[in-house]
Amino acid sequence: MAFDGDLTKSTAAALAAAIKAGDVSATEVAQAHLDRIAKVDEKVHAFLHVDADGALAKAAEVDAKRARGEQLGPLAGVPLALKDVFTMKGVPTTCGSKILEGWRPPYDATVTRKLREADVVILGKTNMDEFAMGSSTENSAYGVTRNPWDLTRIPGGSGGGSSASLAAYEAPLAIGTDTGGSIRQPASVTGTVGVKPTYGGVSRYGLVAFSSSLDQGGPCARTVLDAALLHAAIAGHDPLDSTSIDQPVPDVVGAAKLADVKGMKVGVVKQFDGEGYQDGVRSRFHEAVDQLRGLGATVVEVDCPSFDYALAAYYLIAPSECSSNLARFDAMRYGLRIGDDGVNGVEEVMALTREAGFGPEVKRRIMLGTYALSSGYYDAYYGSAQQVRTLIMRDFDRAFADVDVLVSPTTPTTAFKIGERVDDPMAMYLADLCTIPTNLAGNAGMSIPVGLAPEDGLPVGLQIIAPSMADDRLYRVGAALEAALNTTWGHPLIEEVPSL
Amino acid sequence: MSTSTVNLPSYEDALASYDPVMGLEVHVELGTATKMFCGCPTGFGADPNTQTCPTCLGLPGSLPVVNATAIESAIRIGLALNCDIAEWCRFARKNYFYPDMPKNFQTSQYDEPIAFNGYLDVEAAGRTWRIEIERAHMEEDTGKSTHVGGATGRIHGAEYSLVDYNRAGIPLIEIVTKPITGTGEHAPEVAKAYVAELRELIKALGVSEARMELGQMRCDANVSLRPHGREKFGTRSETKNVNSLRSVERAVAFEIRRHAAVLDAGDTVVQETRHFHENDGTTSPGRVKEEAEDYRYFPEPDLVPVAPAREWVQELRGTLPELPGARRKRLQAEWGVTDHDMQSILNAGAVDLIVETVSLGAAADQARKWWMGELARRANEAEVDLGALPITPAQVAEVVALTAAGKLNDKLARQVIEGVLAGEGSPQDVVAKRGLAVVSDDGALLAAIDEAVAAFPDAAEKVRGGNQGPAGQLIGAVMKATRGQADAARVRELLLKRLSS
Repeated sequence: MAFDGDLTKSTAAALAAAIKAGDVSATEVAQAHLDRIAKVDEKVHAFLHVDADGALAKAAEVDAKRARGEQLGPLAGVPLALKDVFTMKGVPTTCGSKILEGWRPPYDATVTRKLREADVVILGKTNMDEFAMGSSTENSAYGVTRNPWDLTRIPGGSGGGSSASLAAYEAPLAIGTDTGGSIRQPASVTGTVGVKPTYGGVSRYGLVAFSSSLDQGGPCARTVLDAALLHAAIAGHDPLDSTSIDQPVPDVVGAAKLADVKGMKVGVVKQFDGEGYQDGVRSRFHEAVDQLRGLGATVVEVDCPSFDYALAAYYLIAPSECSSNLARFDAMRYGLRIGDDGVNGVEEVMALTREAGFGPEVKRRIMLGTYALSSGYYDAYYGSAQQVRTLIMRDFDRAFADVDVLVSPTTPTTAFKIGERVDDPMAMYLADLCTIPTNLAGNAGMSIPVGLAPEDGLPVGLQIIAPSMADDRLYRVGAALEAALNTTWGHPLIEEVPSL
Repeated sequence: MSTSTVNLPSYEDALASYDPVMGLEVHVELGTATKMFCGCPTGFGADPNTQTCPTCLGLPGSLPVVNATAIESAIRIGLALNCDIAEWCRFARKNYFYPDMPKNFQTSQYDEPIAFNGYLDVEAAGRTWRIEIERAHMEEDTGKSTHVGGATGRIHGAEYSLVDYNRAGIPLIEIVTKPITGTGEHAPEVAKAYVAELRELIKALGVSEARMELGQMRCDANVSLRPHGREKFGTRSETKNVNSLRSVERAVAFEIRRHAAVLDAGDTVVQETRHFHENDGTTSPGRVKEEAEDYRYFPEPDLVPVAPAREWVQELRGTLPELPGARRKRLQAEWGVTDHDMQSILNAGAVDLIVETVSLGAAADQARKWWMGELARRANEAEVDLGALPITPAQVAEVVALTAAGKLNDKLARQVIEGVLAGEGSPQDVVAKRGLAVVSDDGALLAAIDEAVAAFPDAAEKVRGGNQGPAGQLIGAVMKATRGQADAARVRELLLKRLSS
């Protein structure tokens, strides 16, 4: 039986089932997505590198496996877009930075390896804010990515390439990383699903570090179930990452299939509402909360006073760690080298390379972090930021003693215009206001689409937050809400995205 | 530029006015099979950059994982140094740019070391000095730079540099003393004795071979002077990477004289790092930094804290071998030697040689006699360490056994040793080749005795009359006649018997 419908508009779950059933070959699926990329990526610019040969080779391998009668995994043959912050052996990895131009890593990230082992077809590497620093993908050294809902608007960041590739039907699955909201905020503004797993839930080995204590790789998809399938494929303990948690992965797929919130207690974070929140964001958010109530959940308001200091603490901790993590880009071993003329000494070459290779936002954060860690300032800045971090964890602990999950808008506004905030870092940083506490506490968060803001017709996201290693709750709540909203709308929201 | 010794006060004059204070930082490369934070091998002498991986090359995305054996070694060193072992400690990043450091930060420990508050007793200048240990912490080594071209062999002025990252990530333990005061004129000697004792301890623990000539153990010597009677420490200099015991002693002595010259002239000592020069025993300043280095330490977020369980620490305490100090006391008692003799044995590096010789059956006094007498003299003449002589404890034990069996006398034994040292083979081989066996045929001896009695009738008469004094003359004549190959005791016995009958 042939596959019924548009391959690129299908869910990952449906594609995997069709490939397994022999309704379509993995090669056909890969080719359809490569064709789609060839057709629309000129407009969207979600990809920095398309690995057509690698993708088709993997797809052929899946088809051969099936022909031999081998068992196929739950995502075998499904195409995926990989954020360009994960290493992939032999495939360029730039992190959106000039300083890594031309670097081909000699090793696979653990996430990349797990994707290969799951027979996922990696289409290529997606655009991002340089070293994942940004909320709009405008900080990429390789040009902006455009939001498929409105090509004059940002797709979120830092993982704008991954989220845009989903909304543009270039890939049914994508991988992102979330340090302060870089999976959830792009999901929110592109009408897709994004999950930041519990810190330590997905290995960071091969994820080029921005802020080690905050970075977390996670799944991006167009449906909650697809995100769960991808989550299950990449999660789990990794002996190569000391901060990886040595516990069984929560049953996220089971939870997404359960899709039931009856008897659950949902807390609405008091701090994330009111002034600074777009009207359409607020109205869609509250309607969604009403839906949860209608589905049988108890809803209460929860006070998390320390969240008011989260953004400030984040902009000390993340730059501090980044100032150290990015020190290795010095032209000595890989990547860009400027000024090696036989006259300049090693320090001049390092300085010239870093001057030319890093963009302004990266430099700003390196300087902030260098300052915050300096002798004499450490206690006042890095030290007190860590104390705020502890207070935020306590707010979460108190909240989760009473409720099963917390909810809030994912980001205060819908997608803003390209260029609108580039000269105003503070305005840009506010995009991550609601997502940052979860990174600081190390627990789990998801963004799912809850409708379009009436004033601009752009997607609004709702954030669900669950305690550490209770990622399954995100999927239970997310899938229940998704089903209810799809019923209300008569179709998934993503189907309203303009055709390109 | 290195300071010449010409214009410096003498060591004695320097000590007449000032009181030295030292701080010693010793880095020890652990002899683990793999590196501190990755699985790369640590073997010495491999081709450059063949023992590397994404982690020890600091490639983007790579992460460290702590080597459990290195933690174990660090705890054992801490315990052997009488330290407290942290119940919970973290690694920290020390941030600075240098091409041989792949990440441009060193993963080290800062204010939470694995071991702290200990001490090590060392013997020097005829007494025991308790050196207090501030801390022992874990860190990773850097790569090794070779600066090619230029006069100094340092990075500045070099045409190009080669970096070998095989060493990058090898586990290091840094052991830091508290300020060492009150050593006065003995400061250089105490510094050397401390490093020597530490080296013995590390070797006894089996955590490193601690070979200074291979850089497996390196010492940074901090020295400052204060006028006699003053409490406050003076400004210190730090002489980096001193890599032999003798150099530690010389570097400290030189810095004492150099500081004294600066202070005598009314100038202030510059706080700086310095390099030691083996050739003339002087030091010269390292690169002058325009501003103080700020390493921006912060807890390493890629690693989880180290929290050694108390039961494990107790278990490790049980694995400590007999430590060098205790072993020396035991051997001294077993051998029945004076403090002074024991010190001589230590200074000669003869302890292990004697222990091994005794373990092969030699009497302790005999083993000591040979190693500290004839062999020490020959080592001295040849200007080599005792252990470097081409003779083994087994061979010395064989010589002792032959002597005890009456097959060699003292004089012959010396000739046998000479033969062994000359490469003529085992003691038995030398005895055979040189025909050095003691004449044990009583008939031959009696014939020689009769000749001697005939040659010296007066002496013989006196012995017959009960005066044994002149017997020596007769025995000497017999020994001469047998070309020294007779057992003198046996000759005496036979002679007295002959003259009493």
